[in-house]
Amino acid sequence: MLQIQNLHAQIEDKPILKGINLEIKPGEVHAIMGPNGSGKSTLSSVVAGNEDYEITQGEILFDQESINEEDAETRAHKGIFLSFQYPVEIPGVSVTNFVKTSINAARVAQGLEEMPANEMLKKIREKAALLEIDSKFLSRSLNEGFSGGEKKRNEIFQMAMLEPKLAILDETDSGLDIDALKIVANGVNTLKSKDNAVLVITHYQRLLDYIVPDYVHVLFDGRIVKSGDKELAKELEAKGYDWIKAEV
Amino acid sequence: MELKEQLLASFIAFEEGIDQKNPVHDKRVAALAYFEENGFPTKKLEAWKYTSLGKILKENYTLYPQVETSIELKDVKTYFLYDIDTYKVVFIDGVYSPFLSDTTHDGLDVCLMSAALSKPKYAARIDKYFGAVAPATDSLTALNTAYAKEGAYIYIPKSVVAEKPIEIIHFSTGKNAPIWLQPRNLIVVEENAQVQILERHQSLSDAPVTTNSVTEIFAEKEALVDYYKVQNDRETASLLDHTYISQEKNSHVSVHTFALGGNIVRNTLNFYQKDEHIMSTLKGITLLKDQEHTDHSTLVHHAHPNCESHQDYKGIFGGRATGVFNGKILVDKIAQKTNAFQQNNNLLLNDKATINTKPQLEIFADDVRCSHGCTVGQLDEEALFYLRSRGIPRKEAQALLTYAFASNVLDSVQLPSLKKRIEDSIAKKLGVNLGFNL
Ligand SMILES: Nc1ncnc2c1ncn2[C@@H]1O[C@H](COP(=O)(O)OP(=O)(O)OP(=O)(O)O)[C@@H](O)[C@H]1O
Ligand SMILES: [Mg+2]
Repeated sequence: MLQIQNLHAQIEDKPILKGINLEIKPGEVHAIMGPNGSGKSTLSSVVAGNEDYEITQGEILFDQESINEEDAETRAHKGIFLSFQYPVEIPGVSVTNFVKTSINAARVAQGLEEMPANEMLKKIREKAALLEIDSKFLSRSLNEGFSGGEKKRNEIFQMAMLEPKLAILDETDSGLDIDALKIVANGVNTLKSKDNAVLVITHYQRLLDYIVPDYVHVLFDGRIVKSGDKELAKELEAKGYDWIKAEV
Repeated sequence: MELKEQLLASFIAFEEGIDQKNPVHDKRVAALAYFEENGFPTKKLEAWKYTSLGKILKENYTLYPQVETSIELKDVKTYFLYDIDTYKVVFIDGVYSPFLSDTTHDGLDVCLMSAALSKPKYAARIDKYFGAVAPATDSLTALNTAYAKEGAYIYIPKSVVAEKPIEIIHFSTGKNAPIWLQPRNLIVVEENAQVQILERHQSLSDAPVTTNSVTEIFAEKEALVDYYKVQNDRETASLLDHTYISQEKNSHVSVHTFALGGNIVRNTLNFYQKDEHIMSTLKGITLLKDQEHTDHSTLVHHAHPNCESHQDYKGIFGGRATGVFNGKILVDKIAQKTNAFQQNNNLLLNDKATINTKPQLEIFADDVRCSHGCTVGQLDEEALFYLRSRGIPRKEAQALLTYAFASNVLDSVQLPSLKKRIEDSIAKKLGVNLGFNL
């Protein structure tokens, strides 16, 4: 589904990604861990199409096609979803109308009719219930004044609505309390199928107890320096990153 | 002939067509003298620093339409609030159109200024109100007064609630082009009465038109006036609007100005508070592109204690558009406990567009709450990426953020039909097909 080949990216002439290789197949769950500033959010932004970053080398393939030149909206239409580490506050746009607009934008791009209002409403209710989101919440301005945890839960609600092929969850667990973490993880697992894939970025093993990864990668200074199975996450939790830095 | 000379020279001919014994005529003559002495405002005046009339004064205007023009309702229907029932006072090239209008004398007067100026039964009220709030020391206002003859006359008697909104619409057809129009409106809302009014100037061709309009509004005790200005005209249409509002005790007057296009638009909007416990509301959305220019010059004169004013103007400028916001709040020494709020926020969609924003606070009382703020910014790139990453195309994402930026001004619009119309106009102007109502 996603193949990243020798990806180099920079911002304002500062190289951040320095040769990333990663392949994610349908049905898989991958986790990326790594110290602060190693480039995890940058990698997710670049895959999602953030034009602030310049790809200087390498290729991102999605369903065998290069998406290097595609803009963010096209990538979203192809089924890439990024749950932001820091979701942006958008005053004046309600959660409901935002998800409606975004679902219909994808449908229009695919040459489909807009989703009928009753179907949309049904889906909103169903997904809000899945993530235990109060309906009052949905009429509020997007992320405006939301608590850290509410923002993250709302990201996963949007993911549930959009049903992406590839969901990249950038530190979705940070800010969530224990109960919310379970709800969100349960949401992600419910949506999981053999046809879609998840890339979780996290600092903590705890999330991976709920969303169990097939592969764990360590990103360090813009490169994936180690990959393993879920045991690697446990090892990192116990030992920190120093031993990996020593290996590199 | 220069326009000023032409306007002065035409006065004799104008006088021949009206009743010169009418007391209003003395006001006309005095006003003409003032205009003669002062002429058109230039950029040398502080209040006109950023707006030049030079370009529009060069046209060779028709001052009185020669050709009678009629238009078909179906061609102009979209300019009305056609989905609700309204009173209408409609003019075509400055001439009253009975066919498009829907006036009344049934419990309230929604009719013509020309009638109010000539019929004896209105004389006392004209004597009391005509020219009573419009300052004698404004040149364009004086010019309008000199030629004051036609426009809308609205009178809502004590405790009457106008059950339908009133639309005042001025069409220009281009058949008498270029044309110089000078409508004069008088609106008197008596004690405890209520009214909603919408005013619109609409050019129907690309021929140049300039409208020098004056509206006087009198809100007596406890009166409620909700006034909307829809300015969404062609790039060949200029509007020099002057709206002067006099408010009595416990009255609330609210003016929303939707400046969505035109050539040169100047909105002089002055509120004069004449007693205590008055609320004045001034709100606006300005959305311009290409070479459009809109200048909002507001004044709120707090002359008595315990009054409020609330100003909220949002400006969005693309293309090479230019905007001006000059908001003056004057608080007299005796106007203690004044609560005056002013906010002007602007978005520049590129680096060619400009906005000049200047709050002007002159506060002589010591126990007041006055706050003001102005901002100039761009669309937030991070927010744009966020929306785009959810599949909303760039243009729509920009439109959504732009709309969201301005939308709180629409919250106080009391006519859903108008609100919908403004939203559609904004979407159209932003080049997107989005039903906003977010
Ligand atoms: N806009 C920017 N301008 C300059 N430097 C940037 C910018 N964005 C990211 N960086 C730098 O790129 C590096 C990688 O940042 P990134 O956010 O990808 O790290 P991360 O691995 O997600 O860290 P964390 O675990 O703290 O979220 C950091 O050194 C950061 O300072
Ligand atoms: Mg990060």
